Amino acid sequence: MANTYTLIASNTLSTTAASVTFSSIPSTYTDLVLRMSARNDRAVTNGTLNLTINNLSTSIYSWTFLQGNGSAASSNRNSATTFLSDIPLVGSSATSNTFSSIEIYLPSYLASQNKPVGIFGVNETNATAIEMKANAGLIQSTAAIDRIDISNTSTFQFVSGSSFFLYGIKNS
Amino acid sequence: MPATYEPIATTTLGSAASSITFNSIPGTYTDLRLVFTGKSAGGSNTLRLRFNSDSGTNYSRTSLTGSGSSATSAQNSSTDNAFIGAVNTLQMMCNVDIFSYAGSTNKTLLSELSLDQNGSGEVRRTVCLWRSTSVITAIELYLSAANFDAGATATLYGIKAA
Repeated sequence: MANTYTLIASNTLSTTAASVTFSSIPSTYTDLVLRMSARNDRAVTNGTLNLTINNLSTSIYSWTFLQGNGSAASSNRNSATTFLSDIPLVGSSATSNTFSSIEIYLPSYLASQNKPVGIFGVNETNATAIEMKANAGLIQSTAAIDRIDISNTSTFQFVSGSSFFLYGIKNS
Repeated sequence: MPATYEPIATTTLGSAASSITFNSIPGTYTDLRLVFTGKSAGGSNTLRLRFNSDSGTNYSRTSLTGSGSSATSAQNSSTDNAFIGAVNTLQMMCNVDIFSYAGSTNKTLLSELSLDQNGSGEVRRTVCLWRSTSVITAIELYLSAANFDAGATATLYGIKAA
């Protein structure tokens, strides 16, 4: 059988950007995987990246996360929010030239059912204040996903060199 | 990305069912990945799997779990299944990587479970050991005390090292 882990689209930033959008996502796959190497210009060590689907900004997003910071593990959650968040993102106070590594898995993105999301992100910066986080996300929308927006908090921007890759996986 | 990420089989339930089983798994890959998304037709439950219909106490596991309020780790020995984690009435997902499934050593899996129920849920990472040197030819995925709801989808992929 053919390999079915296929690059749909990518974006490596040559300048700063407030957000990255993958639109017109084809409906020819079963699952989507978004892989990113990103950093932003917010003056923090560990910030957060946000995600929405289909331009939806109503209170349909929720998540539970498990995190480790190099010295302790903890867990928390958010409910009924307008975007999916708490996804690790290195800020400008972190060691220079370090980027977050993030994978977001969206199974059955075409199915007419709510969308679970599996997220794993890490900030490793050769410093004590690091972050490793596994998120369980839920998007209460039964619409097929044809657009994904990845954005920053407030007016902050992804820095040049941040890269974003969207893959499709077929189950047949 | 692995150049050999290939679908072996997939099942989407047209109606509620007690389990999803993949039989006659070819031994031609190096590793397996099982991707599951679905929900319980009977409220809160736990997702488990067994290899080759083995219900003996040949499984063990260590897990790291986030409940939304605390992080915990646990270990269980000599169980009769590979425990993956919680399932409830809203969609969840898990990826299960099964390493060197066709080898003659004991088998290890790593599962990544993501369950959020908009106010409850859990994140769980589990490593399970199946103390068997048999090649894995069948995988049964089931809930502890309920059916999977219609629409649940499980797909088995094969990954070749070369």
